[in-house]
Amino acid sequence: MTVKKIIPALLIAGATMMALPACKHKPSDTEIQTSVQSALANYPGISADVKDGVVTLSGNVTSADDKANIETAVNGLTKNGVKSVTDNITVTPPAAPAIAMSPDDSLSAGVKDATKDFPGVSAAVSNGVITVTGEIEKSKVLNLKQSLDALHPKKTDMSALKVK
Amino acid sequence: MSALTDKYKELIDTANASGIPDLQIAETDGVLHINGTAPNADVKNKLWDIYGKTDPNFLTGDVVMDIQVSTATAGAKVKVTTQDTALNIRKGPGTDQPIVGKAAKDSIITLVGKANEQWWLVRTDDGAEGYCYAQYLTPQ
Repeated sequence: MTVKKIIPALLIAGATMMALPACKHKPSDTEIQTSVQSALANYPGISADVKDGVVTLSGNVTSADDKANIETAVNGLTKNGVKSVTDNITVTPPAAPAIAMSPDDSLSAGVKDATKDFPGVSAAVSNGVITVTGEIEKSKVLNLKQSLDALHPKKTDMSALKVK
Repeated sequence: MSALTDKYKELIDTANASGIPDLQIAETDGVLHINGTAPNADVKNKLWDIYGKTDPNFLTGDVVMDIQVSTATAGAKVKVTTQDTALNIRKGPGTDQPIVGKAAKDSIITLVGKANEQWWLVRTDDGAEGYCYAQYLTPQ
């Protein structure tokens, strides 16, 4: 082939190549990040790092389900240029609500009413612990314990109480 | 499972199976705390039975349990469950308050409202109204 004929051939080949879908615009990391952020809209604690189409996810969620859902959603963004996902998301379940316990002055006031019906019983309050002494009939011990526990102490210590 | 949850397995399992929507069970400083609102007085009594079997007379003190009863709302009927005497009806929510009436043991009276968990405002059939110590009122 002469040089003169090669150039148009190359031009046609080049034009053809450009028309093929494989040469469509390749998403930049910035564009990929935008798509990933849409997928993460409901998960404010999660961040994504994008490098050459590889997405690295980090942050924390409160359930394994959330982690799995996020990973699936981002993995599904192949059309948007995501090549692969590295999932470094940690799962920390929400803390169980702490048991509320009453302060000493509230306990002391409550203990007066609770022991009023049990003349042989004394109760002292210290650092959230109600310590009961004296004596009581067996038939009344349930009432006493229920009344004292209902005040929400740290502990109702009746170990020194004599039950007749 | 800790030694404490082992010891009280029956109590914990029963509480979990009793339809208590706000049940809280937590161990703090060697004490098992169980709180919640039972659907009726029978559930509450059952849990206390089991607790009493496991720790006779509750002397060990390794559980603090407070079970309220959800049927105890304004307008509900409650039974006076004192041991042998009538229940004092007081002007205000405290044993330092003057006594304004008495409700006979085993009588059914009306719950009007609650000042707090310990003191409930009640009304008897003959119109006496005031505060009674809730420990001795059982929702019907």
